[in-house]
Amino acid sequence: MHLAYPAVLAALLFCVGLYGVLARRNAILVLMSVELMLNAVNLNLVAFDVWLRDALHSGQALTLFTIAVAAAEIGIGLAIVLMVHRNRGTSDVDRLRDTAEPRRGDGDTDSTDEKAEAAA
Amino acid sequence: MTTTTLAALVPLLPFLGAAAGLALGRTAPGFVRPLAVLPTLAAAVLAVLVAARQGGGAVIEASTQLTPTGSVPITLGLHVDGFAALVAVLVGAVATCVQVYSTGYLRDDPRYPSYAALVSLFTAAMLLVVYTGDLMVLLVGWEVMGICSYFLVGHYWETPEARAASLKAFLVTKAGDVPFLFGLFALAADAGTFRIDGVLAAVADGRLDHPTPVALLLLAGVAGKSAQFPLHTWLPDAMAGPTPVSALIHAATMVAAGIYFVARLLPVFAASAAAMTVLAVMAAVTMAGSALAALAQDDIKRVLAYSTIGQLGYMAGALAVGDRSAAVFHLLSHAAFKALLFLAAGAVIHAAGTNSLTAMARMGGLARRIPDAYWTMTVALLALAAIPPFAGFFSKEAVLVAAERTALDGADAPAAAGWTVLVAGLLTALLTAAYALRLWLRAFRGHGPAAPDHGRQPIAMTAVLWVLAIPSLGFGLTTAYVDDWFDRDGLGPTLVTAVLGTGLAVAGGAVTYAVWRTLAARAVPPAPAPHVAHPDADAGHVEAEALRLPHPAEDPADPGRALLGPLHRPAAAGFHLDALYDRVLVRPVLGAASLVRFLDREVVDTYVRGAGATAKGLGRLVRRAQTGNVQTYLGALLAGSVVLAIAAVALANAFAGA
Amino acid sequence: MTLAAASPGFLSPTGVEVAFLLVGLVTLGAAVLSVTTRQLVHAALWLVVALGGLAVEYLLLTAEFIAWVQVLIYVGSVVVLLLFGLMLTKAPIGRSPDADSGNRPVALAVAVTAAAALVWVVTDAFRTTWIDLEGPARGSTGVTGEILFQHWVLPFEALSVLLLAALVGAIVLSRKKPEGERD
Repeated sequence: MHLAYPAVLAALLFCVGLYGVLARRNAILVLMSVELMLNAVNLNLVAFDVWLRDALHSGQALTLFTIAVAAAEIGIGLAIVLMVHRNRGTSDVDRLRDTAEPRRGDGDTDSTDEKAEAAA
Repeated sequence: MTTTTLAALVPLLPFLGAAAGLALGRTAPGFVRPLAVLPTLAAAVLAVLVAARQGGGAVIEASTQLTPTGSVPITLGLHVDGFAALVAVLVGAVATCVQVYSTGYLRDDPRYPSYAALVSLFTAAMLLVVYTGDLMVLLVGWEVMGICSYFLVGHYWETPEARAASLKAFLVTKAGDVPFLFGLFALAADAGTFRIDGVLAAVADGRLDHPTPVALLLLAGVAGKSAQFPLHTWLPDAMAGPTPVSALIHAATMVAAGIYFVARLLPVFAASAAAMTVLAVMAAVTMAGSALAALAQDDIKRVLAYSTIGQLGYMAGALAVGDRSAAVFHLLSHAAFKALLFLAAGAVIHAAGTNSLTAMARMGGLARRIPDAYWTMTVALLALAAIPPFAGFFSKEAVLVAAERTALDGADAPAAAGWTVLVAGLLTALLTAAYALRLWLRAFRGHGPAAPDHGRQPIAMTAVLWVLAIPSLGFGLTTAYVDDWFDRDGLGPTLVTAVLGTGLAVAGGAVTYAVWRTLAARAVPPAPAPHVAHPDADAGHVEAEALRLPHPAEDPADPGRALLGPLHRPAAAGFHLDALYDRVLVRPVLGAASLVRFLDREVVDTYVRGAGATAKGLGRLVRRAQTGNVQTYLGALLAGSVVLAIAAVALANAFAGA
Repeated sequence: MTLAAASPGFLSPTGVEVAFLLVGLVTLGAAVLSVTTRQLVHAALWLVVALGGLAVEYLLLTAEFIAWVQVLIYVGSVVVLLLFGLMLTKAPIGRSPDADSGNRPVALAVAVTAAAALVWVVTDAFRTTWIDLEGPARGSTGVTGEILFQHWVLPFEALSVLLLAALVGAIVLSRKKPEGERD
């Protein structure tokens, strides 16, 4: 079998996951997209393992590890999302903007400083 | 102790006294007076010892080099010849008198500790200038004196006159000091050393390549320091300082430094006929102009200030005819009677409650109120007017004799310089007698209600007056002895100049007296003159208040006005030299300053503000990206990674293809 | 690996390749639907299809153990976990018009560009590479077990610690606080 088939499929799946991560609003859907990206990587690992045939079976072993880590990640991730939902009443990623630059109005202090400087 | 050690201690003691006075002034007020008087007194005694041991014999030379200073070495050195020894005695004596007088004069002044310390520092700097054997070290003392005069003239800094006067004194002397510095460098470059004996040796060998520019540059500094035309304008204004400071500046330090410097380096100046002629013209203009101005002044201290300028003109004239013995001789006797004049004037101002001669002429009994000041001031004015046998007569005769000799044979200096100095000196002798008598008549022979009684003067003040009266009276009679310290024999008067000078002085006095009698006979009853508000305060306080009093405008009984005629108004204003400077120098500088200010505020700062505004604007734009939305950040991050990856692949392909 | 000239062309695919291609298309379609559908539960279900399709792909690549693990872990537990999460966060059933954020155009641009770049690079690199699927099975349960417990024991045990930590963390995070206790 051509290696190009699984490789291209993995690339496309990865980009679909990428789109999901960037475009989805619900945090759980973002986590699903992350799963898609991880699976694309897994597919690559398996395909290259079969092609390279190394004695340690690194690809498949690593795939298993990735699956385990992904399971752990989804568990923790979901716990965090649940907690955020409980505290904030929402799990929409684009409404969690505590790190945003404050709007104009809070910046009045430095504009008065500026005036003082200009007067001095 | 060796003479060298003694000589080194002379400038060191007042300096240590100044340092200790500044350090202890606040914490231990009881020590301030001893710390002010004793080191200066000790320095004076040591200076007398040094002078006695030196005895006009061989020059004491000692030097040590602290550290290598490059191509032209600078040494800490002593160079004590007869002149230095005598001038040091003078400085120490006058400074001691001033310090003692100040303890009474500024009795209740809260700033007395710093004042006394600065006077000590001033004295130390002058003594350093006198004794040093190195021009660079001399410059250090020279500049320390400049800053001390700034502080002391501005002692009453609450008054705007004192502030302006101190700034003016500082700036005008600095205007001379800049060329002076260049002159020193040029001199050292020519002579290859800063040491005075090295420079004199170089002049003797004819190794000085550019004597004229060097001498002229140095003359600028001398004119600033010694208040010679055209840089003399700071001295009358410096009267805003306390009277003892005026006495110190006028008699012993500061103005004497310029004359002493020329006397010490006279061969350098004598090497250039042009410099000698310039010095002679400068001296002549200074003499005659200042005497005219002195005749028109109303403030008693300004009269004395202009008389100082005139007497310094005599000294400069003596130097211009190449006779430094006469110059230093006149410096010594002038220091004695001028210090006395100022200190007595302080007592007069205290007693009269005003510094205006017109106001004094309208009060009676001033002479009876302060007999000590009256008699000593009479002696000093006679000395100033060069009436034999007072000190001024002999020293002025020495100057005139030197000028006459040069005019006739032209040996040491151009004959033209000799004639200039001689004619100006004789004219000034006439005028000096006139203004001295005017001062005396106006101050002590006034008619009107008696001045308020302020009690007796402190003993510290009156004792000093009598001490200073002795040399004013008898210093001239010691010519036969002081000859030892000078490098010329026969400082005594000759018949022609003595008759001419004394005759002119007597004539000037007689005319003034006649005019005064005539005017006094038909004088209308004058309006009451202003007095200070607190006549019972100590003398320094009275003087500070008197500074602010308005001067009575017109007084027809003033003999100076009648004598000068149309010249009175310009003479009273110092021949409008200040106005000229204001128009030619001050206003252009102020205009340039405001232009620079405008350029800085409106042009340079615009760029600065623009830089700030640009950064702020950019920041505001970039801040919009800071949405707090993690997806936006991640999108931007990944977009960047993709772009980088594509760029890397494209580049790799391009290189692989190439 | 064989020489490029000897490798079979794309125009005469083998049976495995055809099957891989078809299943791959289904997987890709399910993935795209999963990230674009406006019904949140449907997204999870489409994810099941995509992950199942991937399991089939693993089988076609002779990695049978991985395939079954994929089915067990992903399809069996992860998706169920996600569905639980959806329900616990009171996700709306049915079409929700605001499933996509305003970041969508940027996301689309980044994804398409990245896809184009990756596909171009990958095809350019592996155009002629041939996987030989014949020979001893690479991914049978026995072989995988032997390898895992011979060469990968230490990472495997470390992984178990990681899983334990994740377990504890998830419990701590999702535990409801007793009244009055603040964190």
